[in-house]
Amino acid sequence: MEAVMGEAPGEAPGEAPASPAGWRTNLATIGALMARAKNELVRVPGAAIPGVLAPTIFFLGLNGVFGALTQLQGFETGSYESFIVPVSMLQGAGFTGAAAGVNLARDYEQGWVDRLLVSPAPRWVLLAGNVLAASARSLIPATFVLGIAFAIGAEWPGLDGLVICYLMVAATAAAAACWGSMLALHFKSQSAAPLMQAGTMALILFTPAYAPLALLQPWLEKVANVNPLTNVLEAARQGFVGSVTWADTWPGLVALAGLLALLGSLALREMRRTNV
Amino acid sequence: MNDLAKSARVVRALGARSIRQTFRRPQLLAPIVVFPTLLLAIQTGGAGASIELPGFPPVQSFLQFMLAGSMMQSMMLAGNSGGIAFAVDIEMGFTDRLFAAPIPRFAIVLGRLAGTAALGLFASLWFLAIGLIFGAHIEGGVPGALLAILLVTASALAVGGIGAAIALRTGSASVVQGLFPLVLVVLFLSSAFFPQELMIEPAKTIAQYNPLSFIVEGVREPIISGIDATQTLEAVAAIAGIVVLGLVLSSRALKHRLRVG
Repeated sequence: MEAVMGEAPGEAPGEAPASPAGWRTNLATIGALMARAKNELVRVPGAAIPGVLAPTIFFLGLNGVFGALTQLQGFETGSYESFIVPVSMLQGAGFTGAAAGVNLARDYEQGWVDRLLVSPAPRWVLLAGNVLAASARSLIPATFVLGIAFAIGAEWPGLDGLVICYLMVAATAAAAACWGSMLALHFKSQSAAPLMQAGTMALILFTPAYAPLALLQPWLEKVANVNPLTNVLEAARQGFVGSVTWADTWPGLVALAGLLALLGSLALREMRRTNV
Repeated sequence: MNDLAKSARVVRALGARSIRQTFRRPQLLAPIVVFPTLLLAIQTGGAGASIELPGFPPVQSFLQFMLAGSMMQSMMLAGNSGGIAFAVDIEMGFTDRLFAAPIPRFAIVLGRLAGTAALGLFASLWFLAIGLIFGAHIEGGVPGALLAILLVTASALAVGGIGAAIALRTGSASVVQGLFPLVLVVLFLSSAFFPQELMIEPAKTIAQYNPLSFIVEGVREPIISGIDATQTLEAVAAIAGIVVLGLVLSSRALKHRLRVG
């Protein structure tokens, strides 16, 4: 621990030197924060239910209500459950990421964040623990929704399609957790929860979520074309509605890298501004 | 007559309090306005082409069709929010103080429901305004708009009764808040968002018998084609059924609350 306790000249307070020992300590701290999030899940399993239930209800509801849309000319698949399941998986990731923000705000209100901030762990390590925990947690609702989708007839996306879809889900949850953490650290109150949830929900649904781009109303088509999550959704969806191609994959990866860089920087900025 | 006037005064005071409380707390108002408006925009933009499907009722636009569904969603969330606010009052001991006061018990519940009905009224006006701003026609004209507003407000009162009953029974805001997914289930299993004939089984069959479908059709008809006596009566009957259910549940829950304290 001494490696992280001492600060090299010119380093910001709380930033650990990047020596091998420092990195090991940082990784151990991230692991401990992720284990804490896992313990929460194991000890209060009911807390995970809303995050699983909401995307499942949306999936079954949208499928039952809008299933006939596949009869429209230009729809790329005859199976609406296959078309909509990546949306619900990403929605689950969005809810999980937003929940990470709400939990951070709760931790702040209860004084836990203050204790973390006086520890010698660098700020980015504290943020990474929260974000990576959300990323891992997002696989639970995604797997649950996917299981239900397969049960009611969604098509198998292929192993490559499935891996890409899960990668998009985990990275989207990380981006949503950065967004939630940024708001939690800015407002320092759980009452910012609706903003965290509405932000991720809007970003995920202002895409070709319900129908292909060509069938959207012109105003939504314009919004979807500039929304980075459109590329993420197309990458996650490709295996379910056709074949997996690099051309449909790399825009999603670039979009997520950009979102993570932007939202991660903003969250880290808020973390550094937070005083004990 | 004097007792009745006194009760009316209590209901008015408690109703005014619950309305003020809702409009002062953005976390109670936001889900009623922000969430359904966001979903209206997404569904109108995403599924707007569905009006070309064979079997879709003749409408000016999908927005015009969706207005009633959004009002229903907002109204259901208003009922849920009213229940949460009532449960918070129970948790904080405010309701206990009211129980100790020399006022009729039913006035306490009715006062809370007045606030929920006001939210329903606000929701109907909000979505009618959005519809008109974005070019939707109200085919039934001013009487049609007034009928839609009346039905949504009455539905909020009816659904609020069930929310109040659950709040009284459990006395826990988090339990009432946990009913939010159920609100979504009831909505999806009705004709709120799509014509029932075009829905997929089993949602289609369930929607056929869901009381919310009768209410939503009663609200939708004056907007998309004009006032229809049969559908209006069906909507009124469905609302009356929910009111009776809410009254029975509230009365039993009130007795339980007074027993357990």
